[in-house]
Amino acid sequence: MDAWWDDVFAAYALNIDDLWRRTICTAPSFPAGDHIRRKHRQRETNVTNEAKATKRGAPKEKFNFFQDQRVRSVLYQLLTAGIIGWMVWYLASNTAHNLSARGMNTGFGFWNVSAGFDTDFKLIDYTPGIGTYGRIFAIGVLNTLLVSFLAIIVSTILGFFIGVMRLSSNWLVAKVALAYVEIFRNVPLLIQIIFWYMGVFSVLPVVRNSLDLSFGSGWMTLNNRGLYISTPLPGDLFWLTPAALVLAIIGAVLFRRHARKVQNETGRQINTLLPSLAAIILLPLAVFLATGTPLAWDMPKLSGFNFVGGTSLPPAFLALLISLSIYHAAHITEAVRAGILSVSKGQSEAALSIGLSPGRVMSMVVIPQAMPAIVPPLISNWMNVVKNSSLAIAIGYADIVSLFMQTALNQAGYAVEMVGMTMGFYMVVSLTISFFLNIYNKRVQLVER
Amino acid sequence: MSNNPPKSQLASAASSEVMIAIKQMNKWYGQFHVLKDINLTVHKGERIVICGPSGSGKSTMIRCINALEEHQEGEIIVDGILLGKNLKNLDHIRTEVGMVFQNFNLFPHMTILENLTLGPIWVRKMNRVDAIDTAMTYLERVKIPEQAKKYPGQLSGGEQQRVAIARSLCMNPKIMLFDEPTSALDPEMIKEVLDVMVELANTGMTMVVVTHEMGFAKTVADQVIFMDEGDIVEQNEPTVFFDNPQHERTKLFLSQIL
Repeated sequence: MDAWWDDVFAAYALNIDDLWRRTICTAPSFPAGDHIRRKHRQRETNVTNEAKATKRGAPKEKFNFFQDQRVRSVLYQLLTAGIIGWMVWYLASNTAHNLSARGMNTGFGFWNVSAGFDTDFKLIDYTPGIGTYGRIFAIGVLNTLLVSFLAIIVSTILGFFIGVMRLSSNWLVAKVALAYVEIFRNVPLLIQIIFWYMGVFSVLPVVRNSLDLSFGSGWMTLNNRGLYISTPLPGDLFWLTPAALVLAIIGAVLFRRHARKVQNETGRQINTLLPSLAAIILLPLAVFLATGTPLAWDMPKLSGFNFVGGTSLPPAFLALLISLSIYHAAHITEAVRAGILSVSKGQSEAALSIGLSPGRVMSMVVIPQAMPAIVPPLISNWMNVVKNSSLAIAIGYADIVSLFMQTALNQAGYAVEMVGMTMGFYMVVSLTISFFLNIYNKRVQLVER
Repeated sequence: MSNNPPKSQLASAASSEVMIAIKQMNKWYGQFHVLKDINLTVHKGERIVICGPSGSGKSTMIRCINALEEHQEGEIIVDGILLGKNLKNLDHIRTEVGMVFQNFNLFPHMTILENLTLGPIWVRKMNRVDAIDTAMTYLERVKIPEQAKKYPGQLSGGEQQRVAIARSLCMNPKIMLFDEPTSALDPEMIKEVLDVMVELANTGMTMVVVTHEMGFAKTVADQVIFMDEGDIVEQNEPTVFFDNPQHERTKLFLSQIL
């Protein structure tokens, strides 16, 4: 139909016979269309043949401004850019006008102004009345990154574990994993967050009746104000223990390399897993004991109405961490299951038929092929963890949204700047993650013709 | 198949040593009885061709021989070892039995050379130099040594199937199973794969081949088996099988396929 209207437009420049020929009788609704169309097509063919005969070469294309492909594509792009540019200009100038009309502050002057409010969860030093809004921003960023990072680790481990369970041939195991996925994937995350906060952590015993999670040692206690954990206080020679751990890991890597070399040269296979594990566990332990267990604990102690000492994790943090982990683990489970199922059964059959053990079939044939299918949805889930952590605002965990974009914004104003900075932060994190994803995708692409 | 070597070159290498013995084997998929009282003996160096309509259980039967499918009744003895629940026996049988699939099933994330050396290195515990030597020997035998560094996706179907044959041969198996090795190939590639299989037959390999290539069956097979609905209907030497089939069902099948 498009071409038909184009022809109508062009026909005004031609004589009436052309108008008749090129528009009415080529219109799909014209009753005698077929008959006349055929006739005119014949005429056109004759004309071209004549042209060929006289000019002795390919017919030359006449430049038509409105029907030229290049002209059109440039026009459309100019039009689109113009509309977008006008919209941006309109919004920006409108906002600037309204802000100045109401006497509201603009700019980033707030960054060095001291903020007067406190927060219950911070990873860096901050004192109300002295610390600046810049510091508040940093606290929010770190809190968001902390809860997202931990949720990513927990959900990934949990997701792989349950994903493999879902493929189990054991009926009960597979159904338990299926139930997990269906329950946690189909309830909105916000409701799960509020459930954990209101339904679990808010109804825990009060401080005085705290639950001891470490068999009466007081090392870890839980109450309705959060989780209290002892903080390790390293002694004089404690640094030797992590040093020993690093040494053991380096040793394990070298041992593995040696084993591979021996295999290449003689074909003999050396089991590296057990000796490596033993070295990584036993060497630091031996050093720790030999240096006289140089590690003390700062225990949380009940003093007055609250615990003092140790590290405390507020209920909002725990509720957010648990619900993010559980919800996204259900999604990662499906990515893992789909990835493993995407490797055709023929691949494992071929690997079995050359005599590889089922474990090697998994590690050398199935998983390397499943990973390219698992990793993209896995990493997009990681991005979602970061973005969904902003739901913390519902339960008041001091993440960047509830601390900076809500509390700080209410105190200082600067709505455009603060919301913009928050959006910018999420974009930077997401784009960084997808940048690494793209590098990975390039690397694992299968070579084909 | 006019290019295949004449029958005289392919005098049977069969000896009296039994390589595969299947006795009263039955298999069900749920309620469906796929294989009914299968009895089959394959001697060393013998070449068996199995044909039959689709769904007759021929693929399932040869997949039972290296336990890619489980059988529920009867016994399968391969190279003197009973195929049962013993994992050690299973490992042994799978290293001695090579298998070539309809869809090649090369590992797409490995080069041709890595495909060929995977088994020898990790199962036969060969050193890398020897494994590569073996791989190149067999790649030369299937006439594509120049493709060693490429990935399966870069090869044609016929070349991929020849690599798959070489991959099985690298394990130095005593028995080779072929599950419709030419069914997924273009007509002009079928010949290059069949040529490799004929050559392999010349070396005296014990072969069990599921195929519809009747020309191959006529030139190479010592015995041709016709299966239908999970039964071995007829088993005979190729001359008798093709010229004078005994059962009505075989006659009908041959009239449709030839």
